[in-house]
Amino acid sequence: MSQSLFEKLGGEAAVDAAVDIFYRKVLSDDRIAHFFEGVDMAAQAAKQKAFLTMAFGGPHHYSGLDMRKGHAHLVKNGLNDSHFDAVMENLAATMQELNVPEELIAEAAAIAESTRNDVLGR
Amino acid sequence: MPDIRYDGQTYPLRDGQSVLECLTEHGASVPFACRSGVCQTCLMRAEAGHPPEASQKGLKPALKARNYFLACICNPEESLSVSLPSHEIARTPATIVGMELLNAEIMHVSLQSHEQIEYRAGQFINLYQGKHLARSYSLASLPTEDPHIHIHVRRVPEGKVSNWVHDALRPGDTVDIQGPSGDCFYLPGSPEQGLLLIGTGSGLAPLYGIVRDALAQGHTGPIRLFHGSRSRNGLYLTDQLRELTRIHSNFEYTPCLSGGHAPKGFASGRAHQVALNEVSNLTGWRVFLCGHPEMVKAAQKKAFLAGASMKDIACDAFTSSTTPS
Repeated sequence: MSQSLFEKLGGEAAVDAAVDIFYRKVLSDDRIAHFFEGVDMAAQAAKQKAFLTMAFGGPHHYSGLDMRKGHAHLVKNGLNDSHFDAVMENLAATMQELNVPEELIAEAAAIAESTRNDVLGR
Repeated sequence: MPDIRYDGQTYPLRDGQSVLECLTEHGASVPFACRSGVCQTCLMRAEAGHPPEASQKGLKPALKARNYFLACICNPEESLSVSLPSHEIARTPATIVGMELLNAEIMHVSLQSHEQIEYRAGQFINLYQGKHLARSYSLASLPTEDPHIHIHVRRVPEGKVSNWVHDALRPGDTVDIQGPSGDCFYLPGSPEQGLLLIGTGSGLAPLYGIVRDALAQGHTGPIRLFHGSRSRNGLYLTDQLRELTRIHSNFEYTPCLSGGHAPKGFASGRAHQVALNEVSNLTGWRVFLCGHPEMVKAAQKKAFLAGASMKDIACDAFTSSTTPS
């Protein structure tokens, strides 16, 4: 029986290792850091963890509508493809830093990519 | 079959049901979102009974120690009395046993609570002026060393409670207090961990308690305290803190002055900036931030970017009537 992506990546332990690294990259990325200004950091870190869990193919209950609603106010403030791309880059860089094999990075990237239209409200 | 007691009602918990499922099934309104134990929207506290460790996944150690848990992944074997984090708890009368000005604007108040209160240095109590007006003050005392509860009350311009404390309250008076609350306290278990403590104004109160708590519990790792103010008038307990550095080689105290020239023995600049310049890598450190909300917010971000884990950064922002909402 083959393992799921989430199991191959290392499950929740992998998400925990990735969250701080990913969130630090996002906050230090001038292209997108401004979207996180004034946000409660602990609450946002929890959401980053939920996002990474989803991207790693793990259990989550986010629907397309949740992603749409959750980002609608940012779309109003100019959130666009370039910002989504920046987040995708940071996700890949995080996984590279954790020495995740390229094929698994590609699988996780594909999951994250599939949320683009919902996130950007298209 | 265990029960869940919430808001005066008791609900039977069905086999395999989570606390969240039980409460929502019976129409009790509690916040939730991901239902997977990740987003922490369903955070609750067990006032009686112990939540299973699995339901505390991802919570900061300080919250775990106080029986907080995530309702959507809580499947208790025993009955629990639960509440939302902001739930009101009972008030206790306390007698003022001593008052002393620590500097022109900060009053040290010692209180004898009429009922024993279990607290940890760094938590806070709510002090009531009359029936409805209360303010939160952090606990600078150590239960194991100080017979009375100590708080530091800063006189806030146009502050109703702080001015009453400074000008009207006298030793011998009785006031109502409520608490303790808060998760800004020392946790044993990592005696060699670096501790970074940054405070402004009366933010020194909880930090003073936490430093002494750590030292009393045999903490051996570096303990670095940075206390900042615009001018020397805003600092206090400087002699006591310097004395502590003489007794404990792992404790360092840096008073910071942001208003201009800093004489010998003082650092120039804002406390959090001085701190993060001196301790630039916070990987594995525990950080305590207390005082001005802007400092706490800015320092939290800087500390995180410097390598401290989110769960290891404890924040206590002191808002006042002059804080813009």
